[in-house]
Amino acid sequence: MARGGGSLLRFSATQRAAHWANAALFAALVVTAIPLYFGSLFGVVLARHVVEEVHLWCGLALPVPLGVSLLGPWGAPMRADLARVSRWTHEEVEWLRRLGRRALRADKFNPGQKLNAVVVGAASLVLLATGAMLQWFSPFPVAWRSGATDVHDLFAFAITLVVVAHVVMALTHPAALSAMVRGRVSEAWARRRAPAWAEELGLDGPAPATEPADPEPVASG
Amino acid sequence: MAGEGDGGSGRDERVPVGRRVFLSLGALATLGVVLGSRLQSAARGALGTGLGGLLPFGDRFRLYSITGGYPAVAPAAYRLEVSGLVERPVTLTLADLEAMPATRLVRTFQCVTGWSVPEVEWEGVALSAILERVGVRPGAVAVSFDSYDRADTESLTLDQARLPDVIVAYRMLGAPVTREHGGPVRLYVAPMFGYKSLKWLSAIRVVDRVEPGFWERNGYPVNGWLDGSTGPTDPREGLV
Repeated sequence: MARGGGSLLRFSATQRAAHWANAALFAALVVTAIPLYFGSLFGVVLARHVVEEVHLWCGLALPVPLGVSLLGPWGAPMRADLARVSRWTHEEVEWLRRLGRRALRADKFNPGQKLNAVVVGAASLVLLATGAMLQWFSPFPVAWRSGATDVHDLFAFAITLVVVAHVVMALTHPAALSAMVRGRVSEAWARRRAPAWAEELGLDGPAPATEPADPEPVASG
Repeated sequence: MAGEGDGGSGRDERVPVGRRVFLSLGALATLGVVLGSRLQSAARGALGTGLGGLLPFGDRFRLYSITGGYPAVAPAAYRLEVSGLVERPVTLTLADLEAMPATRLVRTFQCVTGWSVPEVEWEGVALSAILERVGVRPGAVAVSFDSYDRADTESLTLDQARLPDVIVAYRMLGAPVTREHGGPVRLYVAPMFGYKSLKWLSAIRVVDRVEPGFWERNGYPVNGWLDGSTGPTDPREGLV
């Protein structure tokens, strides 16, 4: 599958579709969250309940792209990447502990990218769960509703910062961004940025095989 | 989360860092939900009200409007129509309300969905005083409220309407009730969740049955007591 000139498949079409669907939902959630949260600053342009409905449905749809890309016959690349993001080598742990000031033969994803994926995934689930508690609040004691409100707000702020950083990294690392748009990276890029992955694909040898793709979190190269 | 998929062959032993971070965040969030209001009070106590107000959560009003706007009613043009099963229907101006004996309350404003604002100051006329002024006729059972937004409605039983901490408020947060908070005059039903405190109050109608309001028709309890009970009678009775 590797095209001439030596490029590698980093993200399958399914993964890319899932990523951008997820990004679109996230953007819609942030945009609708602003007037809901800062109502006093922005006044009310649209009917609040319309904004609320959009926010609610986008929130409920949030797990769909990841879920669909993970399950089913097309899900192998995503599942493989998920395993990759979950299990770290000691070297990676040490690298992150020293905030990158240490040599690392990076895997398909570096520890920063892995952490980004995990944090975004966990925060999304937390936001979904607490958001559902706010929408269907009656089974829960009022103290829990208050807690869910605060947790929802706090995680939303935190995740927005993480995603802003993710976008900045993507924009400053065009090759990484291009991999999420077109799916492929050059062999040279892989050797430089993800040597352990390159080696895994037999890049030191002759021609590269194709690797199942994955969701790339932060494009911190 | 951590699948045992092919993370590559021939790897050394690996640490499930991703799974740990994932589960830790989940546990933290769960703890936050369960301890939520207590953590918030603790944070507020530790930081003081000034700094506490800077926290990106808690202690703030979320402004609701079911119509997509805030009705604009000039204080001088404000009229409150009191009608229905009453002896002496009346239309009150803001000055009329201000001339009546004032009730002041300082309470936590609690939304049914969880957010709250502590120690909000309120000032207005006890609804019971207005009902007394117009004279409730026999056969009256409940009170219905209309809003200048022409959409929101609310209701209380006559007994609820006569509670001393149910007021027609013209001051809030130490100032005249602002437009976005439902000014110039709104209802404040202190013993119940915020949705009962109808904004931009335009009319009070004494009626012969409880007419569920806008939020109640959308699934909220007709009787939204702060302790979560939903019966018609004040759960605080007998405790005082």
